Amino acid sequence: MLKIKNLHASIQDEKQKTKSILRGIDLHVKPGEVHAIMGPNGSGKSTLANILAGREEYQITQGEMWLDGQNLMDLPPEARATAGLFLAFQYPVEIPGVNNMYFLKAAVNSVRKQRQLPPLDAMDFLTLIKSKMKEVGMDEKFLNRAVNEGFSGGEKKRNEILQMLMLEPKLAILDETDSGLDIDALQSVAKGVNSLRDPNRSIVVVTHYQRLLSYIVPDVVHVMVKGQIIKSGGKELALELEEKGYGWLNENVEQV
Amino acid sequence: MTNQYLKQIVNKNYQYGFITAIESETFAPGLSEEVIRQISKLKNEPEFMLAWRLKAYQHWLTLSPPKWAHVNFPEIDYQNIIYYSAPKVKKDGPKSLEEVDPKLLETYKKLGIPLHEQGRLAGVAVDAVFDSVSVATTFKTKLAEAGVIFCSFSEAVQEHPELVEKYLGSVVPYRDNFFAALNSAVFSDGSFVYIPAGVRCPMELSTYFRINAANTGQFERTLIIADRDSHVSYLEGCTAPMRDENQLHAAVVELVALDNAEIKYSTVQNWYPGDEEGRGGIYNFVTKRGACRGKHSKISWTQIETGSAITWKYPSVILQGDHSVGEFYSVALTNHRQQADTGTKMIHMGKNTRSTIISKGISAGFGQNTYRGLVRVLPQAQGARNFTQCESLLLGDTCGAHTFPYIEVKNPTAKIEHEAYTSKIGVDQLFYCRQRGLSMEDAVCMIVNGFCKRVFNELPMEFAVEAQKLLEVSLEGSVG
Repeated sequence: MLKIKNLHASIQDEKQKTKSILRGIDLHVKPGEVHAIMGPNGSGKSTLANILAGREEYQITQGEMWLDGQNLMDLPPEARATAGLFLAFQYPVEIPGVNNMYFLKAAVNSVRKQRQLPPLDAMDFLTLIKSKMKEVGMDEKFLNRAVNEGFSGGEKKRNEILQMLMLEPKLAILDETDSGLDIDALQSVAKGVNSLRDPNRSIVVVTHYQRLLSYIVPDVVHVMVKGQIIKSGGKELALELEEKGYGWLNENVEQV
Repeated sequence: MTNQYLKQIVNKNYQYGFITAIESETFAPGLSEEVIRQISKLKNEPEFMLAWRLKAYQHWLTLSPPKWAHVNFPEIDYQNIIYYSAPKVKKDGPKSLEEVDPKLLETYKKLGIPLHEQGRLAGVAVDAVFDSVSVATTFKTKLAEAGVIFCSFSEAVQEHPELVEKYLGSVVPYRDNFFAALNSAVFSDGSFVYIPAGVRCPMELSTYFRINAANTGQFERTLIIADRDSHVSYLEGCTAPMRDENQLHAAVVELVALDNAEIKYSTVQNWYPGDEEGRGGIYNFVTKRGACRGKHSKISWTQIETGSAITWKYPSVILQGDHSVGEFYSVALTNHRQQADTGTKMIHMGKNTRSTIISKGISAGFGQNTYRGLVRVLPQAQGARNFTQCESLLLGDTCGAHTFPYIEVKNPTAKIEHEAYTSKIGVDQLFYCRQRGLSMEDAVCMIVNGFCKRVFNELPMEFAVEAQKLLEVSLEGSVG
């Protein structure tokens, strides 16, 4: 489903100095698999998630990215989205004055159009969204609020998962969706994600902590440090990291 | 990358830029006492009108154009403007729609104006002003049954001179400012509304203004009087052909609300804004003011300003009556080389008077957008309250937003709140929308519309939709 080959990326800081962030990422996620990417702060996990979604501030200096046989490099963010890539944001963005339901409906119908499906009519949409809201434990009043405006941290994350359930992506990338969640919210988020597990769908979970992975059990765990994946393993690797921290892996990091 | 997309989105063409080939009766350019006498004579005006015009003219001669606004333009040659141009008619002017030149009706059709009753938006009565004269007013009969007077200003001068004499210049005196004085001297037509006591006007009233003839100034005057316990909602729309020269539009609008009366005045201003390089376009120098004369009266201005090369207008409310309410809701968009200096004045004189100001400025391209507002609380205005919120949205980094709020409080019981902020259209917001599958164009429109929502909510339903579309068109290809 997702293939990344030798991906290098950098960003220019305020002083116009180029800082390299990804230094040769290789990743292959098959349909039906859930991969977790773990690693300390600043290791480039979120950058990878953002680059996959098409964020334009980064320069890709080398490498390739493919989604289901489609070269992502040539596609603007909206085309990646309609091709089935979904990013649950670490910091969901507020859009004042834009009704949450209206926003979601526009998004769903834009994706449906790409899949050559007719737009959902208002009644079908409402029935669908209400059932999905129940799944993620969201009150219906959030439908008529502005997108994420004045939502608590947990409400924003639930809203991300709601959008994901509505958009039914081929590849879902969750960027630290567990950060700042209490245990109830964590469970409903995990429940939402697990309901989406499917042989034809892949999920990439970016996280600091093992905690989320007790609820969303991954097939493969990768450890990323300083822009490289330095170790991959089964779900037990996450537990090992929880116990020992990241320090012991440092010898595996290639020096720049 | 993002900026390029934005640029493409914000550049769409002005779709009302056509010219109607129509035979006009037009004066030679230039202004003099003689021209004013001519206008007055053509309109068969009573003596008091001519006398007032001439006083205004004499006063205007002593004034010089205001320089304080945050706008730049070459000096206007007032002797090079045509002060009167009217579509030619056989005798005294059209008595009914059948007598109106079909070409003119065609023009209005192109503009989407519901002049013919069958083509109308349900419940909207339209007075259409073409160049300098009012062409036709629909729905006269139905309004007359309710006792509402809605007619051209010229007709009001003939039919209701006592009302005109009593209220004309009572809110905006000819001495008020340079452009108001000019308008008072030369105005050729406009709309007149009188809502009798206790009447709720049975439909939305609407005026469309169109400048057609070249080098012509448009100087219309609107006067609306809401007698006690009455209510009226009024909407004006404006368009003009695309021309390389700038054209002057200097209108005056006066509103009077007596005890418990309410006037809601909405404007969708889409005069030709000039081209991308800033050639041509309308200079929109307008004085709009309402007086809440009675107790518990209310005047509400809502404006969507997307057109004009330069906009200079400050729809204001004088809160004389105790417990009266003034409101100002504004969306002003400047794209390409457009400049807008707009805002409001709320003058609190009565006790427990309240005012609300919500201003949204959007700048794109090389547009310059200024909010200028005054909240003044006089010593006798016990318990006055004001809430002001000014927000600016910048699309790109070559445009500008400016805020000049003035607050003068002379009564210690007043409560004044002021909020202001400027934001750039967020890269994060755009990316978020696009990640959900929305195109750049849809994302920009959605964010801008969300930004303006508070003001759109104040527009009558049909026009809220129109305003939203207009904003989208005005933004096309401009986000840079």
